[in-house]
Amino acid sequence: MPWSREEIAQRAAQELQDGFYVNLGIGIPTLVANYIPDDVQVILESENGMLGMGPFPYPDQVDPDLINAGKQTISELPQTSYFSSADSFGMIRGGHINLAILGAMQVAQNGDLANWMIPGKMIKGMGGAMDLVAGVNKVVVIMDHTAKDGSPKFLKECNLPLTGSDVTDLLITNLAVFDFQGDQPTLIELAPGVDLEEIKEKTEAEFIISPDLKTN
Amino acid sequence: MNKLKNSASEALEGVLFDGMTIMAGGFGLCGIPEYLITALRDSGVKDITVISNNCGIDDFGLGLLLQTRQIKKMISSYVGENKTFEKQYMSGELELEFNPQGTLAERCRAGGAGIPGFYTKTGVGTVIAEGKEHKEFDGVTYILETGLVADLSLVKAWKADDEGNLVYRKTARNFNPVMATAGKVTIAEVEEHVPAGNFDPDHIHTPGIYVNGFIVGTEHKKPIEIMTTREYVA
Repeated sequence: MPWSREEIAQRAAQELQDGFYVNLGIGIPTLVANYIPDDVQVILESENGMLGMGPFPYPDQVDPDLINAGKQTISELPQTSYFSSADSFGMIRGGHINLAILGAMQVAQNGDLANWMIPGKMIKGMGGAMDLVAGVNKVVVIMDHTAKDGSPKFLKECNLPLTGSDVTDLLITNLAVFDFQGDQPTLIELAPGVDLEEIKEKTEAEFIISPDLKTN
Repeated sequence: MNKLKNSASEALEGVLFDGMTIMAGGFGLCGIPEYLITALRDSGVKDITVISNNCGIDDFGLGLLLQTRQIKKMISSYVGENKTFEKQYMSGELELEFNPQGTLAERCRAGGAGIPGFYTKTGVGTVIAEGKEHKEFDGVTYILETGLVADLSLVKAWKADDEGNLVYRKTARNFNPVMATAGKVTIAEVEEHVPAGNFDPDHIHTPGIYVNGFIVGTEHKKPIEIMTTREYVA
């Protein structure tokens, strides 16, 4: 059984370390906040100008002046701080954020990432994604292993416009986990019931297999 | 000096001209100068280049200026959730320049601080880098981005004192402080005017030197784009 959205988020949450400052992208990455291990404390950054992002507010505590980068209403915590967009991206570009988790349309074997535009469709814009992948210390990318038509999304080269070049540190799909620390991506983990043959069949990128490959 | 103006139209008097560049603070609909945008619309000023992270929604915020076709060009990082925008952009009526959000913020900061350009890693290897100077520092490649200034900056703050010292509230701060520094003229819109001496000088976010005038809005609408809540658990 491939991992569900929630299970992908749960797997990504294992990358969080105690004391980390973390930026979570929109979509599945937002769910990661639900799976932070009990013995780990992280501080969530929202790039519209907030550190120490709390959970969604109770209905009677909604405040239009308090939203996250996905424009959702949120709440503050005792350790929360607010700052300008320039300060926010200063901490992102300055390498002060330990980890970012974001979604993707395509990833290439050299770590190139494409997640902001499809030619011919209305382009909404990159928002803060290009700054995050360029500035954050470790970039964890989450996506489905294949497109809806079954074609691979983990490729030799991206054919969509890039968000960043050679920026991916870890790729988590619904089928497997790849580490980009070496010269070539390394398959380090398989989702339950997924075998090597299936990964080879559904992956265009070249990768090596970890001697410690973890099966679930 | 008391920088309080009686109305948005009074605050903008003599400042507006066709073809001008205007910065507008805000992130989504959070921290946007509602009354000043409406006054811009009513003024009829046209062919504006607007520098703002987003372009409002169809019927609120900067979306109002799209309906009246007063905007010629947008410089933004994200423009989803706006059908009018999509229609005008696709038909070629509206020009659009995408900037990565951090690059946009830093361009405003640099412009306001008299810095004509800066190098950043953001966008290297992407379409954003095309045509821009590349330079290596300690083996890492960066691209040159330029500072931005505007003929007019419109910002939203929580409170102002007579001098135009500003304090923002929560995430409604966003682009407002940097844009306040980068306007040849900056007009603020606030929810409360406090007497001089009311602020702790250590807690002022934008010093009054950047603010030419401010207005007090009576009832800000502050629409919420995406309402998300949790339930009380007994």
